[in-house]
Amino acid sequence: MIPALIVFLYLAIVFYIGIFAFRHFADREQVEGYFLASRSLGTFVFLFSLFGTNMTAFAILGSSGHAFANGIVTYGLMPSAAGLVIPLTLFLIGTRLWALGKKYGFITPVQMFRDRWECGHIGTVIFAVQAAMLVPYIIIGVMGGGTTLQVISGGWVPYWLGGAVVALVVMGYVFFGGMRGTAWVNTFQTVLFLSFGVIAIIVIGVGMGGFRSTVESMLSNPALAPLLTRERISPLYFFSYTFIPLSAIAFPHICIFCLTARRMIQFRKTVVFYPLCIMLIWLPCVFLGVAANRATDIPEIQSKLEARRTLATQGAKLAVEQREELREKMRGDDVLLLLLKRHAPLWLAGILGAGIMAAVMASDSQILALSTMFTEDVFAYYGGKQRFGEAAQVHTGRLFVVLLTVGAYLVALEAPENIFELAIQYAFSGYAALSPLLVAALFWKKSTKWGALASTLWVAVSVAAVAVFQAVVPPAPPGQQTVVWELGGADVLARTPSGTAVFGFMPVVPMTLVSTLLMVVVSLATRKPNEATLSRYFH
Amino acid sequence: MKKAVLVLAVLVLYALHQDFWFWRSARPLVFGFLPVGLFYHACYSVAAALLMYALVRCAWPRHPGAEVESSRRGGPPVDQPH
Repeated sequence: MIPALIVFLYLAIVFYIGIFAFRHFADREQVEGYFLASRSLGTFVFLFSLFGTNMTAFAILGSSGHAFANGIVTYGLMPSAAGLVIPLTLFLIGTRLWALGKKYGFITPVQMFRDRWECGHIGTVIFAVQAAMLVPYIIIGVMGGGTTLQVISGGWVPYWLGGAVVALVVMGYVFFGGMRGTAWVNTFQTVLFLSFGVIAIIVIGVGMGGFRSTVESMLSNPALAPLLTRERISPLYFFSYTFIPLSAIAFPHICIFCLTARRMIQFRKTVVFYPLCIMLIWLPCVFLGVAANRATDIPEIQSKLEARRTLATQGAKLAVEQREELREKMRGDDVLLLLLKRHAPLWLAGILGAGIMAAVMASDSQILALSTMFTEDVFAYYGGKQRFGEAAQVHTGRLFVVLLTVGAYLVALEAPENIFELAIQYAFSGYAALSPLLVAALFWKKSTKWGALASTLWVAVSVAAVAVFQAVVPPAPPGQQTVVWELGGADVLARTPSGTAVFGFMPVVPMTLVSTLLMVVVSLATRKPNEATLSRYFH
Repeated sequence: MKKAVLVLAVLVLYALHQDFWFWRSARPLVFGFLPVGLFYHACYSVAAALLMYALVRCAWPRHPGAEVESSRRGGPPVDQPH
């Protein structure tokens, strides 16, 4: 009860921040004011908000859950690679986007693509593919909110109410505050999470009797010791993960956020501190996720461990449905919350729960981005702004925020969560494979709209193909893979226990490489934009 | 020359992510509890921050338009179909 009340207090504060942003700025009815905070964010807000935008429910709860099942490799797979690749893409691509946005007034990446490649409807195709891959994030954010409130309150707040409260709060501050409100809320949330992540690790560590004894006892257990190494992960799979962070800069909400900085120097501290912020948040989450394997005094964790044991020892003999059931039981997305509930005092669990809620609510940026894209790339582009004016465009954006959030909530009530988690899994690969579009548009004179179209269609088709493949071919038993296509002794296509392997790599590698190849080959075979256009992008 | 060194540094750090040398061992436990593979990647994050600092100091990009602060120059209307 007390933790839930603290979380409600926190939700009230973030809602107020959105209202405050609405009241105190005169530019709230202007397009750039509402959607881009008038390109005025300073260094501190820009860094923490950009970082907070990337820290989704998937990143925080998913990271400890992934570490619970897979061990320390989680850190090497995700934050470690992201700590290099994301700041690098912000440095190279983000700054250039910012400069062009400032110079030519772009608000969305599709506007830039349309201008750069002299295209219209191809931009609409890119918008459609981007939007389709963004929607699952919004739904999963609402689901995460419902689940978190339910766990923190010990079931006192039901899932449907938790989801509704989170959806209303997010909708409220995005509706009123636009980009400025969203950026301030994200900053507040990031500071909260950074501060309390350290407290969480200390409190849980003490509660578990110290990490030294926890780790030593794991090392002496043959079933748990591999979690402290990477021996169960193939080097090719590990390498594949370095492609995933390319998705960050291709996400529309990150692209759009790059345009909000007041000056280009705002990127400097952001790119330097980004890897350190990632480390401060992910290292405790991953370590606690691994350590949770020794928290056998928590009944829920004990039953997850038993399900894992059954799957490992009898998995090959079980039916696909039984394996799925066991996988569902052993999922560790709530282990961080369970550890907090067990070891933190009530008031601290509430504050820490608010910190986790902060990460869960990162879907705000995605809602705003989708609204921005719809109003700019569709409504304004097809004449809405010209006919109805700028204020109508902002009102349309706000209406879109309401419809999108209500729709996401209704879907979250009915649909099974794992469908959207799978969609997110594909979407990361899809956005990574869209990153060649940005690189080509910004750095390669010879790129053309037809190259962009070929890459975009390839991404849409390959994401759908992987989804269908994984739906049709059941996951392989633990430690095995089902080879579907073999050529000359090499495993071309295989179904693994948790995904798909192409020549041993995750699908993101061939998807990104083929996308790049298509961009190059098709661009070289087609006519590039005229010199007047190119001269505005390249000196 | 400076640019080449920085590009090389980025490539080397990218390659160092694939640390096969700590693949199968948890020991030594750094600070008594942190498996060496995890400690290595925490250090990798710090190295990434240092590399970004070097890039910011020595290779800050000069993009066309970066000098524009508040007023926009020419360019096409961006919300009209071509």
